[in-house]
Parts: sequence; structure tokens; C-alpha cells
Amino acid sequence: MAQSILKEFTKGLWEQVPPFRLVLGLCPILAVSKNIENAIGMGVACTFVFAFSNLLVSMMRNIIPSKVRIAAYIIIIATFVTVVELVMQAYTYPLFLKLGIFIPLIVVNCIALGRAEAFASKNPPLASVADGLGMGIGYTISLIVLGALRESLGNGTLMGHQVFGPDFLPFKFMLEAPGAFVCLGLVLCIMNLFGKK
Amino acid sequence: MGDYIVLTVSCILINNILLAQFLGNCPFLGTSKRMDTAVGMAMAVVFVIVLAGVITWLTEMYLLKPFNIEYLRTLSFILIVASLVQFVEMFLKKSIPALYTGLGIFLPLITTNCAVLGVCLINIKEEYSFIETLVSSFTYSVGYGLALILFAGIRERIILARVLKPLQDTSIGLVTAGMIAICFFAFIGMV
Repeated sequence: MAQSILKEFTKGLWEQVPPFRLVLGLCPILAVSKNIENAIGMGVACTFVFAFSNLLVSMMRNIIPSKVRIAAYIIIIATFVTVVELVMQAYTYPLFLKLGIFIPLIVVNCIALGRAEAFASKNPPLASVADGLGMGIGYTISLIVLGALRESLGNGTLMGHQVFGPDFLPFKFMLEAPGAFVCLGLVLCIMNLFGKK
Repeated sequence: MGDYIVLTVSCILINNILLAQFLGNCPFLGTSKRMDTAVGMAMAVVFVIVLAGVITWLTEMYLLKPFNIEYLRTLSFILIVASLVQFVEMFLKKSIPALYTGLGIFLPLITTNCAVLGVCLINIKEEYSFIETLVSSFTYSVGYGLALILFAGIRERIILARVLKPLQDTSIGLVTAGMIAICFFAFIGMV
């Protein structure tokens, strides 16, 4: 039992890490990976939503009629997104302003709905929470990886600290919109290069 | 009148919803492999975004604001978008079957297209008036369609090229999108 839950948790970390392996939830990945701080904030918010929406969907899986299930899942996810939105507004206001409309847009993040439909609607609550947490943490890690890459190359800093010394000429392209696309494309390429299993 | 022209240019080219604001990327990569699916998706997006933009603006002004329940915005907007898509699908099937067969399979996909909800939220955030909402919804979606169709055209040619194995498919797609984004980036100086 414990082993299977561990398996559900770890598969989100490497085997099926959402943005790179499943190619889901790309919009926030591109938009908020400008620096590590934003990436962590977004990742934590997403993890919270994935875990709790999975929990609730899984607990209600026998009550929800299958015809209206998608609508029901969307409402459940939207509820938790509203919770995150209000909590961030109250406690981390500067981050809330920086992430902007990408917080309410967690609702339409394909990962949340995808996991609810593909996993939580068929499995018991504990495994579903493990799955949601794993996916969320995998998502956070990919956000941080991309954020670190773009921040270090584009600005020469990591979490606000200089990393390459004062002579480093920042590669500003990485911080702009086109850089995000190219950077994600190259990371995807590297992921394909290593471990197609 | 001048304001609306500036708004139009900025929504289509400068703040292109897809390439500058990163909204609606999943269907962008999913439906851009062939030109005809790209055109179908682009038309469906224009149709739904204009309707959704107007209806959510009316909801915000006449329902959420008077009762001070703006915190329900996310919940109510996503419900409106989801039910609107369903409704449009049924309506088209019944009354304009030709259009339905053209857009058919793309309509359900649009519910999870973050560009739709994104445009609705941007309209509210920028405090646009009703006409401005109409203009921005239309031009944002036209910008989305433009980027999608351009991208599909390039992607159809890439299939013929020999691409490194690990770079294939989504990976080269994203790099190409980056190149198109550079072209759109050049418009920034215009306004």
C-alpha cells in the first residue's frame, strides 16, 4: 500500500514530469519562469491546487454523475484557485502582483483537469493526493529549472545574487518572450536526449 | 477613433496574446501541425473569445460589482466560458451545420484554452469600456489566429526538413515559435 502511494508520488517527479514529458501546462511555464522567485511562487500555488482538487475529486468520485463530471471538476478546481488567490493577495502581495492573471488561470491549466479526469476519478483519496503532490512538485521543479536558466543567462543573477562575476554581459534575449520559447524548446531537447526511458 | 486604432495594433501585433503574453500555448502546439486544423481552430477562437469577452464583461459590471462579490470572478468566468462553449456547439449543430462541421472538434477544446479566460480577465483588469472590450476581444483573438496560421505554415515546411532526433516535434516547434516571437517583438517600437 505504502509502496504504491510512493510510486504515484515519484512518477510525477521524473517519469511523467508534466511540462516536459506530457507537454501540458505550458503557458505558465513560459510566462512566470523569468526568475526563480516567481517560479517558486507559481509552483507552490499549483501544487496546492493539484493536491487538494485531486483529494476532493477522489472523495466525491462516486457521487458525481459521469455526465456532468467535467463541469464538477472545473468547479472544484476553481474553488481551490480562488482560495489560493485570496491567500496570496493577503500574505504575499508583491508576488501576487507579479504573477497577475496567471493565478486565476491555474483553473485552465490542463494538468489540474487532466489529473482529475485521468487519475483522481478512479483512485482512492490517499493515492490521489500523492499523485497531485508529485505532479505539483515535478511542475515546481521544472519551473525552477527554467527560471534558473533564464535568470542566470539573462540577468547574470540567481535569486538576486551575482553568479558570473561583474564582467558578465547579460544575455537579455533570455528574459524576453522569444527567449522563453527557445529556452523551453532546448530544455525539451535535452530531456529527450537523456532517458527516453 | 484614434484610440481604437492604437488598441487594435497593440492587441494584434505588440501584445500578441500568444507570442508576447503566453496564453493558449497547448492548443497552439497541438493544432498547428496542419494548415486546415489551424484555420478551424483560429476561427473557433475568434468566435468564442468575442462572445465570452462581452458576456463576462456584462457579468462583471451588472452582477459581480453591484453585489460586491468580485472574489467569485474566477469561478463565475470559467463557468460562463464552459457553458458558452457547450451552448455555441449545440446552437451551431442545429442551425448552421456547415460551420459546425468546420469548427466541430475544436469547440470542446476551447474550454481549456487559457487565451479565452485570459482575454476576459485582461478586459476587466485594464478597466475597458464596453466598446473597448468588444474591440480588444476581437483583435486579441485575430492576433491569436494570425500567429497560429503563420506558425502552421512554417511547421508544414519543417516536416520536410531533416531535424535532429531529440529536437523533433514539440521541441523544434517551440524554437520556431521563438523565432516568430522575435518578429512580433520588432513591433514594440510602433506605438
